[in-house]
Amino acid sequence: MMLTPIETASACVLGLLLIVVLAGILHRKQRLLLPVCFSLASAASLLTVVAGGLAVANGLTEQVVMLIGLPDLPFHLRLDPLSGFFLTVIGLLAFFVSIYSIGYVKGFLGRRSVTSLVIFYCLFLAGMFMVVLSDDALIFLISWEVMAAASYFLVVFEDEQVENRRAAFLYMVVAHVGAIAILLSFGVLAGLATGFGSFSGYTFDAMRSAHFPVEWATAAFLLSFFGFAAKAGVVPLHVWLPEAHPVAPSNISALMSGVMLKTAIYGIIRITFDLIRVFPWWWGAIVLIFGLVSAVMGVLYALMQHDLKRLLAYHSVENIGIILIGIGLAMIFTSFKLPLLAALALTAGIYHTLNHAMFKGLLFMGAGAVLHATHERNMEEMGGLIHLMPWTAVLFLIGCISISALPPFNGFVSEWLTFQAFLLSPSLPSPLLKLLIPMGAALLALTGALAAACFVKAFGVTFLGHWRGHHASRVVETGWMMRLGMIMAALTCLLLGVFPTLVIGWMDAVPEQLIGSGLGATAGTFGWMWLTPVAYERASYSGPIVFFGILSVVVAAYLLLHVRPGAIHRAPIWDCGFQKINQRMQYNATSFSMPIRRIFGFLFSVREQVRLSPQTPHRAFPRRIHYYLRVRDRFWGWLYRPVIEASFWVSRKVGRLQQGRIQAYLIYSFVTIIVLLVFLG
Amino acid sequence: MNLSVAANINSFLAALVLLTAFGMLVQRRMYGLIHLFAWQGLFLSVSTAIVGFVAGKHHLYISSLLTLSLKVVLLPYILHVLIHRLRIQKEVETVVNVPLTMLIGIGLVIFSYHLTAPVRELSTLVTRSTLAVALATVMIGLLMMITRRHAVTQIIGFLAMENGLFFAATSATYGMPLVVELGVALDILIAAFIFGIFFFHIHTTFDSLDVEKMARLKESD
Amino acid sequence: MNVYPLLIEVLQVLILLSAAPAFVGWVRVLKCWSQGRSSAGVFQPYRDLAKLFSKDVVLAENASWIFRFTPYLVFGAAVLAGGIIPILSTDLPLAATADVIVLVALFAIARFFTALAGMDIGTAFGGMGSSREMTIASLAEPAMLMAIFTMSLASRSTSLSQMAQAVLSGQPVLRPSIAFALLAFVLIALAETGRIPVDNPATHLELTMIHEAMILEYSGRHLALIEWASMMKLFLFAALGIAAFAPWGISTTDAFLPVLAAFIFMTLKLGVAGVVLVLIETGLAKMRLFRLTEFLGSAFLLATLGMLSYFILE
Repeated sequence: MMLTPIETASACVLGLLLIVVLAGILHRKQRLLLPVCFSLASAASLLTVVAGGLAVANGLTEQVVMLIGLPDLPFHLRLDPLSGFFLTVIGLLAFFVSIYSIGYVKGFLGRRSVTSLVIFYCLFLAGMFMVVLSDDALIFLISWEVMAAASYFLVVFEDEQVENRRAAFLYMVVAHVGAIAILLSFGVLAGLATGFGSFSGYTFDAMRSAHFPVEWATAAFLLSFFGFAAKAGVVPLHVWLPEAHPVAPSNISALMSGVMLKTAIYGIIRITFDLIRVFPWWWGAIVLIFGLVSAVMGVLYALMQHDLKRLLAYHSVENIGIILIGIGLAMIFTSFKLPLLAALALTAGIYHTLNHAMFKGLLFMGAGAVLHATHERNMEEMGGLIHLMPWTAVLFLIGCISISALPPFNGFVSEWLTFQAFLLSPSLPSPLLKLLIPMGAALLALTGALAAACFVKAFGVTFLGHWRGHHASRVVETGWMMRLGMIMAALTCLLLGVFPTLVIGWMDAVPEQLIGSGLGATAGTFGWMWLTPVAYERASYSGPIVFFGILSVVVAAYLLLHVRPGAIHRAPIWDCGFQKINQRMQYNATSFSMPIRRIFGFLFSVREQVRLSPQTPHRAFPRRIHYYLRVRDRFWGWLYRPVIEASFWVSRKVGRLQQGRIQAYLIYSFVTIIVLLVFLG
Repeated sequence: MNLSVAANINSFLAALVLLTAFGMLVQRRMYGLIHLFAWQGLFLSVSTAIVGFVAGKHHLYISSLLTLSLKVVLLPYILHVLIHRLRIQKEVETVVNVPLTMLIGIGLVIFSYHLTAPVRELSTLVTRSTLAVALATVMIGLLMMITRRHAVTQIIGFLAMENGLFFAATSATYGMPLVVELGVALDILIAAFIFGIFFFHIHTTFDSLDVEKMARLKESD
Repeated sequence: MNVYPLLIEVLQVLILLSAAPAFVGWVRVLKCWSQGRSSAGVFQPYRDLAKLFSKDVVLAENASWIFRFTPYLVFGAAVLAGGIIPILSTDLPLAATADVIVLVALFAIARFFTALAGMDIGTAFGGMGSSREMTIASLAEPAMLMAIFTMSLASRSTSLSQMAQAVLSGQPVLRPSIAFALLAFVLIALAETGRIPVDNPATHLELTMIHEAMILEYSGRHLALIEWASMMKLFLFAALGIAAFAPWGISTTDAFLPVLAAFIFMTLKLGVAGVVLVLIETGLAKMRLFRLTEFLGSAFLLATLGMLSYFILE
């Protein structure tokens, strides 16, 4: 029996739900539960990759109406190239992370029961798969909530710590505010699709075939963009992200950062390009501006962090920004009827979606491995791990190079494509946009370079130099299962970077579906070795030649220089004849980012204090110096504190209604009924 | 010299005028500022002469000469003398930091391009594209007056604004009538002298030319 | 298949490898003359390299593989870039490998690893150098991209060969945008290659060095490779500027005579580039680190003005 892709994908979701049951059964046998459930989950994820990949490769669109659902409101599923692409992204990372989890979650055994982790893990995956498969507003929102709730329980997994509970609460609040906005947006679209009298407008098909008045479409777009931006962590709605991602178990952080944020990207693309379809250019400008702000602010905040996982979480803000830049440009180009350029920008955006999933997953897995081995998240206490954890170091380094957009790895390809889209902006008819959009390209360049600086810091402080901690802990390399998950992600990063033409050829069905034009014809004109996005006269890149070219020169130089056996002497570090160099003299994370903190300091609220100890005889000869630094998100004070204070104020006012007397409550109900009867009667 | 070459040179001069405007915006040293101002006057004067040649309006030669003598020689000389006499510190203090000022300046250029777009559509003159630059020069001059504290730099900002206006007149309508231009030139000259006198007064009252100090004139509250 | 382009490709890489030390030597000689010192001659860099190659390597006890791998990678990136930039001819088989953005990224990966190597030993100097280098690079990058943007406006391409051909085949016009882009490029090139006023390649004073601080722990053949690569980087930036702004003389075919002429032109133009570099370096003083925001901000401003004047004036 052959299953069609959509049946395979639905079967996988069903399989994940069965694993939940299985986990419940195996609750008493934790040692067995762990490998069985996670390997089953990885198999299910791999199957969805196959299903999604096939759907994209063949440009298939399949629909299924499910028998379950609310009365008269059956659930609709649909697998088209767009959802197939996101299915592939989610499935691929879920596959790697599931394998990694077999090793990683073992660390919790004996300390706590992992059944809930396994259950919510599977529900989380199932929720994400369903979000991209759903074809009506109802099941979309249900899956969205399943995903949000499951991830909430995963964040709060180690619930004995106050900070975890606080972070999870914040996450829940922001997620729900966003979900309300999305619900309202679907309400507007569904109402306009078939009128408010009937319910049949809740399917995406009905929305697709409707024509929306521009003001209502704008309202729907703004609401949904707000909702999805809250999920994706777009500045200024990003504050939950650096709180929630670090405290979750690392495999969960990898999934949340790597793919859960992508469901929001999926939502934005689905609503604008597929459901509304016709939109004015300034929607694109809004997306572009939020993307740019997120990219720059995300990377700058990341540079200020010394908690490894927090740093990575802020980089998710940055990368979501880069993805949104691509999508925003695609929207602008689409509204000016430049389909080829729109296809280029959209390809750049979704390529970066795929890339970010891979390298961010890899980096979080690496951070998890470090955390697993050192029980430390603070980089200021690390150093020299490259000697103790060589495998993790290499794999983490690959992630760093990829995210810093350096060739020949994958992050570079998608940023390069985004730059190409920027460079083609002079063909826009609007003179103002022509002048303004290049500024965005400069900001993207700034982001890329700052990201490189940040990852020199992250890798350099964590893995290089000497151990900075007070007591050298017994650090050992991670187990093979964790390594395997990371190795596969790292290889994917390399392959996506070296063979971009093949990948773009594969994903070409997505822009074809959404914009009606693809890059496949132009990008691969000269075969798999050369990537020529628009035309070879315009720009070209060859991943294989860059990779193998550098590799061959390196090997040749190495061999030539080792013809004559030159001795390598190991010697202590040259200390300039002063006292011996110790580990406290190294540059650490705070000192590394000092120049950038000073240059861009006006964007943060920085408090820096240097205090000399009281018994100092003279300023020039301090006995002891206390250094205090606090860098805070300005948005917290600008945006969130007023909201929090306002909501407390409102709750205090509302609290007065609470009398504690049953008669008063009865009066409230009575008055409500009377009012309702008056107005509805 | 045919028309397109002249237009080309004129565009290039416009670019140089814009460059000197930005140079003045970010220049910290007082003498450097005056030199940049003189350069701007020179470019302006050459550009005026070229426009005069292209358009066949001979009174533009006169205003070109006027610009040359006034803005390249006389005013810089006066300012030079003033700085020397008053022994002003050479470092110019800025209120806003320099990179930010640059970014605002770039924004102003884009804004003036946007503003002059309708005129560009209607006009048929060779010089129409330089109108945006002229407007930007005016705005940058004003920006300079806002961001600097020193009275002398504020004057230079004012004069740069006037340069921009002059440039705008040349590029939009091939120059104002000669009478008007002579009047404006005279005004500038008189303004410069009045400023000079004011400087002495400010200097003797506050012992400084920092205009922030003028806040002391306010009734204490 | 025609072997000539391949031959020119190989020739270019060989020229890069062999002429880069001479170019640096030429700059040093000029500098000595301008400062009234007697010079060690144009060929001193070769003697330096030979000396370093023949010496043994002394590694710090805790140096990891990154420290040993970096010199080869930096060298490899520079050699690859030499095969892409049209130095002699625009008809290179590898020219389509990378456009200007990729070239900048090739230098960026070399820088990334150098900065990591600076942090590998765990000395204060290394970390300081890495931190400063990455800061400067991140400020230079937006300006660089804006300059590339401006250059690509006129030629409608970011590929260097195409840019050079566009200039060669076009009418000679006075383009303010290109002039601004050139000025911006010069400032950025000073920052990228670590010359005065951004960094001083001749000093080992702890407070001012940036690039030298990162490679302070290197010795023997590793140091030789890094030095050679940084000489090549200077040469390549000069070649990059020549190809983008003044490609006259670069051959568009692979015939013998034009290539020979291109070689002579290249020598002349590099000689002039050296003079310009020395004039800048003698005229300016090394800047404080935090003044560099203004320096690189000016580069960005110039590049942006170029872009604006393309749209406004051309």
